[in-house]
Amino acid sequence: MSSKKNSGLAQPAKTRFSRRGFLGGMGVGTGALGTGLLEHEAEAAPAPANVSGPGAVPITLNINGKPMKLTVEPRVTLLDAMRNHLDLTGAKRVCDRGTCGACTVILNGKSVYSCTVLAIDAQGKDIQTIEGLGANNPVSAAFVNHDAQQCGYCTPGFVMAAKGFLDQHPNPTLEDVKHGLGGNLCRCGTYMGVRQAVLEASKNMKGAKNG
Amino acid sequence: MANTPDYSWPPMESRKVMGKPFKRLDGPFKSTGRAKYTSDLNMKGMLFAVYLTSPHAHARVTSIDTSAAEKTPGVKAVHVVSPAGTEIQWFGREVAAVAATSEEIARDAARKIKIEYEVMPHLVKEADLSKAGSKGKAAGEKIVGDPDKAIQEAEVVSEGTYGIPMADHVCLEPHGCVIQWQGDQVRAWPSTQFVTGWAGSIAPNLKVPAANVKVDMQYIGGGFGSKFSPGAWAEVGANLSQKAGGAPVKIFLDRATEMAIAGHRPSDYGKIKVAGKKDGTITAFQADSWGSGGFPGGPQPPLPYCYANIPNQRINFVSIVTNQAGSQAWRAPNNQQASYLTCSAFEDFAAKAGLDPLDVFLKNADYAPARPGPDHYRWQLQKAAELAEWKKLWKPRDQKTGTVRRGLGLGINLWQGGGHTCQARTTINTDGSVLLEMGTQDLGTGTRTMMTQVAAETLGLQINQVKLAIGDNSLPPGGASGGSTTVGGASSATRKSAVNALAKLFEACAPALGAQPEELEAVDGHIRVKGNPNKSMTWVAACKKIPPGEGKISEMGANDQRNPGGLNSAGAGGAQIADVTVDMETGLVKINRFVAVQDCGLIINPRLAESQIYGAIIMGISTALYEERIFDEQTGRMLNTDMEFYKLAGIKDIGDIQVHLDIRPENDKRGVIGLGEPPAVGICAAVGNAVANATGVRVPNMPMTPMNVLNALEGRNA
Repeated sequence: MSSKKNSGLAQPAKTRFSRRGFLGGMGVGTGALGTGLLEHEAEAAPAPANVSGPGAVPITLNINGKPMKLTVEPRVTLLDAMRNHLDLTGAKRVCDRGTCGACTVILNGKSVYSCTVLAIDAQGKDIQTIEGLGANNPVSAAFVNHDAQQCGYCTPGFVMAAKGFLDQHPNPTLEDVKHGLGGNLCRCGTYMGVRQAVLEASKNMKGAKNG
Repeated sequence: MANTPDYSWPPMESRKVMGKPFKRLDGPFKSTGRAKYTSDLNMKGMLFAVYLTSPHAHARVTSIDTSAAEKTPGVKAVHVVSPAGTEIQWFGREVAAVAATSEEIARDAARKIKIEYEVMPHLVKEADLSKAGSKGKAAGEKIVGDPDKAIQEAEVVSEGTYGIPMADHVCLEPHGCVIQWQGDQVRAWPSTQFVTGWAGSIAPNLKVPAANVKVDMQYIGGGFGSKFSPGAWAEVGANLSQKAGGAPVKIFLDRATEMAIAGHRPSDYGKIKVAGKKDGTITAFQADSWGSGGFPGGPQPPLPYCYANIPNQRINFVSIVTNQAGSQAWRAPNNQQASYLTCSAFEDFAAKAGLDPLDVFLKNADYAPARPGPDHYRWQLQKAAELAEWKKLWKPRDQKTGTVRRGLGLGINLWQGGGHTCQARTTINTDGSVLLEMGTQDLGTGTRTMMTQVAAETLGLQINQVKLAIGDNSLPPGGASGGSTTVGGASSATRKSAVNALAKLFEACAPALGAQPEELEAVDGHIRVKGNPNKSMTWVAACKKIPPGEGKISEMGANDQRNPGGLNSAGAGGAQIADVTVDMETGLVKINRFVAVQDCGLIINPRLAESQIYGAIIMGISTALYEERIFDEQTGRMLNTDMEFYKLAGIKDIGDIQVHLDIRPENDKRGVIGLGEPPAVGICAAVGNAVANATGVRVPNMPMTPMNVLNALEGRNA
C-alpha cells in the first residue's frame, strides 16, 4: 500500500516520514507510512512568490470549485482559514499538528491534513472539503448506514480521508482499508463501522465518480 | 384520571419502533460536516481567547505583568487567573487569558505576558509508593472475615503487583465554550455533558441569576465523563466577554493544555494476594493499593472488583497527592482500575494453581453481587468462551513456545447505572404533528434517535412523525449524561410524557369513537378501540378532536430515580475475552480478536447499543496498549501533551471485535440499562491477562507497550 497522507507542504524528498509514520514504522500503533510530496511534484512546485507578511495578506482559495477571497496572516493554516475566516467548519481542529486527520481535506486530488498546510500555500490549488461533497454523497451515506460515527467530531475528516483513499484505490480489500485510513483517529471507537462504511462506499462510488 | 396510567413498556414481541436498528437521526448531519458543534460557532464580533499556562508543576507566582499584552493591537481583554502570590500546583495551570480579534493576535499577546515564578519542589510520579512520603494518605484498613487465617490455611496463594497509570480522556473536541456576558445576561454555547445544570453551576461565580443564563448545545465532540461542569474556562471566558464590552468569546483549550489539565483517569497500583483451594475456590483477597488523581489525590477503587463477596479480605489504599491537574470522571470511574487489579490477580492465581482461569472465574461467580447476579456471569463467561473458542485456543502459560506467542485472557465488568432524574414534554398539535422536548444532550450515544423511537412507539407512529428538541436549558430538565444513566432516565421520562399526552388525546377523541378513553389504543398511526379495530380513526383525525380552546396537548413525564417503576434499572455485567499475540523479541502486542458479551436490559436500538460496546472496547484497547500520561520527574512537566506521543489506537490496531448483546426476555424485563460504562471496564484486564497467558510472565503495568513487556520479560530472564 502506498501512503495516504501528504503534508501538502513542499518538503525535501528525504523527509518522507510523518511522526506518526515513523512511530508506526517502529511497530507501535497505526502509522501512515510515508508522507510528503513525491519528488517530481516537489520539483514541479512553483518557485516561491514574493515574500508575504508578516501582516495579513489578501489571498484567494479555490474551495469546492469556488474562488473565496479572504485576508489572513501568512502563518495561518488552511484549517484555521477555513474555520475562522470562511465558516467552513466541517474540518475540525483536534491535534493541530498532523496526527489525527480530523482536518482532512483533498488538495489537488490528495488527502492532506489541513492543519499542516498554510493557507497562502493552498492558493492556486483545488481544495475539496466535506462541505463540497454534498448532503447525499455515497461516502457520508455509508458512514450513516454502518453507524461509523458517535460524537461525530472525527467523522468529516474520516469521510474526506475515505473519499481521498477511494479515489486512488477504488477496489480496496478490508486490509487495504485498515492501512489506508490509518492516518485518522477516533476517540469514541467507531473503527468497526468505518471499515464497513469504506467498503460499502467503494461499491457505491462506482458510477458516481464525483460522489 | 383516577388511576395511575400504565407506563410499562410494551411487550418485547409487539414493539414496532423500539428494539429496531434505526440509523442515528443526526448521522447525516455529522457525516457531511453540517453538524455545528459549539467549537464550530462563528459569530459577528466574536473574540478568540487563549490561555497562558504554567510551565512549572509547583511554583508561586511572584509577579505578573500584562501591560504589553494589553497594548497589543487587536487585544480586547486580558484576565489574570493566577495573580501574584498564587501557588501553582500543577503543570499547565492557567495563569492568564487573552481575548483578541484573532487567535493569532491572542497568542502573540499571551506570549508578551511577563510572569516570574518561585519554583517549588514537586511530586509528579506515583508509581513508586516509597517516594510519596507525606503526600500519601492511607484510607484505613478494611477487614472482612479472617484473611490471615484464610491465607495461612490456603492450598494455593499467589501474589502479584499490578498497575494502571493515569490516562487522558482526549476528547477530540477540547473543553471550552463560546460565551457572551452583557449586563446581567449570559448566553453560552458550551461543550458539556450537562446542559440543564450548566447555568446553575456558573451563575453564582458570575453573580448573575441562573435564570439569566441561556445555554445551548446541539453537538458535543466527546466528553467521556470529563465535561460535567462548566470548567474554569467558562468563567474566564465570561469575564473576558464582559471586559470586552459584551462581545462573544470563544475559549477552547488548545491540545497541549487540554492534555495537561482537562481531564484524566486516576491511577491505581497494587500488591494483591489471592488465596484459595486447589480446585480454584478463592477464599481470601488482600490488596495494598495506591494511586493518584493528581492534586486532589486518588479515589479508592472498589477492590475486590465485582466478586466482592469473597469471605476473607484485607484492603488498604493510599491516596497520593501529586502535582498534576485533577482527574475527571472517566467512563466507569475507578472500575477499570479495580477490574484490572482484581482480574489480573485471579488469572495469576489460576496459573499458580495450574487451572484454566475460565474455570476459576466460573467457580467463584457466586461472589458476584445479586444484581445482575452470579448466574448472569456464569452465562456470560460461557458465552464469551464459546465465541472466543476458548476451549480450543486457550493453552496454559507453560505450553507456549516460539518467538510469536498467542494468548487468551479474561476480564469482567459490572456497573450500577440506573436512570437519572429527567423530564420530558410531549406536545401533540391539532394537525397531528408531535414535538418531544427535553433538556438532555446527545453525546454521540444516540439519545436523539432512541428518545424519538420511544415517543413514536408509545404514540403508535413512525419515527419520522416525532420531532425532538434537546440541548437547550429552557427545555424540561435532563440529568447529566454520565454513569450510563441517560438512556434509562430519558427513555422513562419520554415514555411517561408520551403516555400522558396520549391519554389526553384519548379523552379528546373517545366520544367520536363511541368508547371510553381507557378503551382506546394507538397503533400504526391510528387511534382505535382495543379488540375492535374497526372502530378506528387516523392519528390526524384524532388530533383534530383536540378541543380548539386547548389549542394542543402538552404533557410532562418524569423519571423517578428512586422509583423507576420497572422502566429502567441498574446493574449490568459482562464478560470479555482478549485474544492477542506477543512478539517475545520486540515486545509488541497485537490484538487478534476481542469478544464482549454484554448484559444489557431492554434494548431500544440494537445498532446504537452495539456501537456503544464497540466504542467502549476500542477505547479500552487503546488504553491497554498505548495510553499513559508521561511526566518528567526533573521538570514536573507532562511530556506527551499531543497526539503523536500520547497515542490512541487507530483503525488497524484493534483486531477484530465481536459483540454479543445479551438480549433475552429475562433481561428485557429489567427495563432500560445504560451501556456507556459497563463494556468499558474489563478490557485492560482481558488484554493484560492475555499477554500473561501468551508470555508466561505477568507484565505488571499497563499499558502493554513494548517497553513494559520487554522489561517484564527481562526481569524473568535476569
